[in-house]
Amino acid sequence: MIAPSIEYSALLPMIIVFGAGVVGVLVEAFVPRRFRHAVQVILALAALAAAFVQVVRLGGTEIIGAVGSVAIDGPALFLQGTVLVLAFISMFFFAERRIEAGGNAFAPAASSLPGSEEERVLVQQRALQTEIYPLSMLAVGGMMLFPAANDLLAMFVALEVLSLPLYILCGMARRRRLLSQEAAMKYFLLGAFASGFFIFGASFVYGFAGSLEFAEIDAALGARVGQEGLLLAGVGMMAVGLLFKIGAVPFHAWTPDVYQGAPTQVTAFMAACTKLAAFGAMMRLFYVGLGGIRTDWQPMLWAVAIATMVVGIVVALSQTDIKRMLAYSSIAHGGFILTAFVAVDELAIAAILFYLAAYGFVTLGAFAVVTLVRDAGGEATHLSKWAGLGRRSPLLAATFGLFLLALAGIPLTSGFVGKLTVFTAAFQGGAMPLVIVGVLVSAVAAFFYVRVIVLMFFSDPAPEGPTVAVPSVWTTAGIAVGAVATIVLGVLPGPLLDLAEQAALFIR
Amino acid sequence: MNTTLLTQSVAAQTETHQAVREASGLFSGTWLLIALPLLGAALLLLGGRRLDRTGHLVGCATVIASFVVAAVLFVAMLGEGSGERAFLIPLWEWFNAGGYEVEISLLLDQLSMAFVLLITGVGSLIHVYSIGYMEHDERRRRFFGYLNLFVAAMLLLVLASDFLVLFIGWEGVGLASYLLIGFWQHKPSAAVAAKKAFVVNRVGDMGMVLAVASMLVVFGSSSYAVVFAGTENAPVGWLNAIGLFLLLAACGKSAQFPLQSWLLDAMEGPTPVSALIHAATMVTAGVYLIVRSAAIFDLAPEARTAVVVVGAVTLLMGAIIGCAKDDIKKALAGSTMSQIGYMMLAAGLGPAGYAFAIFHLITHGFFKANLFLGAGSVMHGMNDEVDMRRFGALRAAMPVTFATFAIGYLAIIGIPPFAGFFSKDQIIEAAFAEGLVVGLCALLGAGITAFYMTRVMLMTFLGSKRWAEEAHPHESPRVMTWPLIALGALSVVGGAGLLYLGGGIVDWLEPVTGEEHHDLPVPLAVLMTSTLITVLAGAAVAWLLYGRRPVPEVAPRGNPLTVAARRDLYGDAVNEGLFMRPGQYLTRSLVYAESRGVDGTIVGAAKAVGGLSTRWRRWQTGFVRSYALTMLAGAGLVVIAMLLVRLP
Repeated sequence: MIAPSIEYSALLPMIIVFGAGVVGVLVEAFVPRRFRHAVQVILALAALAAAFVQVVRLGGTEIIGAVGSVAIDGPALFLQGTVLVLAFISMFFFAERRIEAGGNAFAPAASSLPGSEEERVLVQQRALQTEIYPLSMLAVGGMMLFPAANDLLAMFVALEVLSLPLYILCGMARRRRLLSQEAAMKYFLLGAFASGFFIFGASFVYGFAGSLEFAEIDAALGARVGQEGLLLAGVGMMAVGLLFKIGAVPFHAWTPDVYQGAPTQVTAFMAACTKLAAFGAMMRLFYVGLGGIRTDWQPMLWAVAIATMVVGIVVALSQTDIKRMLAYSSIAHGGFILTAFVAVDELAIAAILFYLAAYGFVTLGAFAVVTLVRDAGGEATHLSKWAGLGRRSPLLAATFGLFLLALAGIPLTSGFVGKLTVFTAAFQGGAMPLVIVGVLVSAVAAFFYVRVIVLMFFSDPAPEGPTVAVPSVWTTAGIAVGAVATIVLGVLPGPLLDLAEQAALFIR
Repeated sequence: MNTTLLTQSVAAQTETHQAVREASGLFSGTWLLIALPLLGAALLLLGGRRLDRTGHLVGCATVIASFVVAAVLFVAMLGEGSGERAFLIPLWEWFNAGGYEVEISLLLDQLSMAFVLLITGVGSLIHVYSIGYMEHDERRRRFFGYLNLFVAAMLLLVLASDFLVLFIGWEGVGLASYLLIGFWQHKPSAAVAAKKAFVVNRVGDMGMVLAVASMLVVFGSSSYAVVFAGTENAPVGWLNAIGLFLLLAACGKSAQFPLQSWLLDAMEGPTPVSALIHAATMVTAGVYLIVRSAAIFDLAPEARTAVVVVGAVTLLMGAIIGCAKDDIKKALAGSTMSQIGYMMLAAGLGPAGYAFAIFHLITHGFFKANLFLGAGSVMHGMNDEVDMRRFGALRAAMPVTFATFAIGYLAIIGIPPFAGFFSKDQIIEAAFAEGLVVGLCALLGAGITAFYMTRVMLMTFLGSKRWAEEAHPHESPRVMTWPLIALGALSVVGGAGLLYLGGGIVDWLEPVTGEEHHDLPVPLAVLMTSTLITVLAGAAVAWLLYGRRPVPEVAPRGNPLTVAARRDLYGDAVNEGLFMRPGQYLTRSLVYAESRGVDGTIVGAAKAVGGLSTRWRRWQTGFVRSYALTMLAGAGLVVIAMLLVRLP
């Protein structure tokens, strides 16, 4: 038997990040507690930066490697690069230690029971949670593999690799630990359920095509007549697994609960990066592997897109918790991206790539601002607490207002350009009704985004309202990058749009 | 207007249309002009209290640096041939949607160069002056931030190469103006004045929006290059419409009749603001707009006539209002209206007047900034008193202010060899060449100008002391007097210098605006002499009324014209009667109709959505089992949907 040839050079970005995750575990075991946090932060940031450099070096590469299971091409590299940048900023928020007195936003030991003596002792000792860094490195590695996976098994493995660390991260909040653990449990159960659908569907498709590789599935589509039932049921079930990760309706129910319960830093990371990786994987599966039967899956995705936009926005209207509101907003944004998804052409790919990047920065920034508005119980996420925030901390409120305007898609923000490009792609792809729904829903959406701005700037502050924590340079820098990216991509979207257009070709 | 004149101006246009080159070398750094003050504004407004102590220096440094860049570019431009001085500096593509493409690029030619030098030069002097004027204001850093923001926006306005980009600058200066008029927001009058300026300017901006929209319809683009190249083949009706829309925009920004009412109230802002924004630069943006759009106005005779009428009416109105005001800043504001009226009139004369409009605009920038800063210096020494009836005999107490103010005075009334003489005289000549009525309006305006300015001079610096008891007038610190001296010097030499030095401003602007020589109905000497006689007569009447007799400390009732002029010739009353009350009535009835009809529907829809929202929200039970069930049902639907598609 000949050993399979592996294209290490093309896989280097992922190898670096996974390697950092493994080394991070060793650091946990061998480095003294005093230095652990600093070492982990440096290791994580260095790995992400090095991997990003490698992604840039690989720009323009088109290789199907690792015995056909991984494709390194334009979309994969674009998404890997974006994930790395977004994860890099997320690490800033993870490293924030000034907001919580005596620690970061995570429980000192995730295994200690909430309210137990052990927890109290650890808090007193000012023990610092550092396992988050190797966990997030593994998740980032999974997110990089997900959009590059070129066969059904690699895709499933990537799905699990990115999901498992996230489940754990969600349960690690320092405050409101029960809520956090409940969120983790829900996410895990439902995530496992969805993964089950995916692998079940994958087995059907394998049964139909006789191969796991996308190219061969594609080849089999027209060749085998009479077994379409197997294929279509399989595609439907795989779609469930992926739509779950995107948070599309009706597989969205986990999103608000998990976004609310998870530590906000993790929510920011997860909201920005998971959606990006999942859309990447979905594009590769449906465009490369199943492009031949697009007329079969397009109607289903039309329905899902409409339901996602409408339910996301309508339910967001009556939310009173800022994190839940942002969660529903993220559901709706998934719907906006789906409108372009059904168009299946290069314009659509470029539009989706740009949208994901733009949305990632806005989401990171918005959730990071949420971490700063606090009262005695931790973050003050109830909307009523945000009244009059603009009078107390105009800069913070203005920054948050900027993110909200971007989410609403107001011109001169990245959100506008993103929406314009996906709707243009959907329109040219013949999905006119989707565009109409999208525009109508955006008009409704503007209402609740602007409502928060009005609340912040034109209401009287609550007498015992929250205080705004003064963060260290980490969070400040992260929010600043998010805000600058939001404006730059709104005013000067050309370069990134060009890059996305150049990257918009899947290798087959 | 007859057809021969039309063809002439077309010929003038095509002859003089200079090719625009892509900038290289030095000129590609033009963006620095805008970036520097913008950086200053960002630093000062976002930098927080850390910059409280040094902020004013940062504010001055960025503008002065911008002026240095401007001076370097000017010298470099002098080195180029006369017809080769227009440069396009492409920055980036803003958007490209549905065939409508907007490039953010800058156009640096002779016209924008003149403005850039005026804005950064006078702007620098006024920034320096503000260091002293705002010394005791605790929000001084913010003040400089706004001033920097203004300079950046104004530079974008004059450097834009696309009407849409110009519009960004246009709104930017409007914003800065709003913020600075209301800078002392604790005073209700300042807040109201800021709001008024904002609202009135919205009317003008509506004109701008309509103009850009019309350009898109007719030319499919709003860039100067496309629009100006396409005018010859465009229908005259559209050109007239665009011209009138542009005029409406110009009226709002430049406080021309009928949108003049905000400027007098705008004097609530700190005096350096009045000098920079509401005298020297921003209010002249309307004139710039007209001159820049020369290619449109040359072929739109009706619109041009409208410009002349607006200019003539405003120049008389402003002058009459200036005669009756006892508030020194308001008297000067009336004068600003009137002088801009001169510029509009000249701009309305077409190629015969464009260069003179810009010429007067620049000299006016010098001497009016000088006068305003002088008034500010007087207020500084008199505990912020603005009533000229409480001034008098300040000549001895503030010699420098007096001397520079006197220079400004001689310049504005047009005594040779001061700056205003040259520029105003050119406009009056051109006006007589256009027609007798227009010429007489311009001549009469010159007489009234001499009257009210002599009045200001006599009441402030000469006569008897009528000071409030606690007043101890003193000369202002050097940081304020030096800018006055610099502007005073420019008010002396600016006119002759610009007109004659190296071919003069007319030759300089000729490639942009075209040139047309006019035949005077009377010999030049006669006209000049009669202008001078009119001016001297106006000054003499003022002396008889205010110099020989003591000035009462309380204003007498005055004749009906004075009463009307004191009330801004009923500008506000007309606005209120014509627009506000019917407007309020209309809105009330609309509100009624809306609340019954439209609102009912919308509220109903909103309630329905809200109800839906609360109902759907209940799906979110928090139980994993029900979520899983939803997913299972959803998965079933998805699979069924996939299978169903194939069935038929």
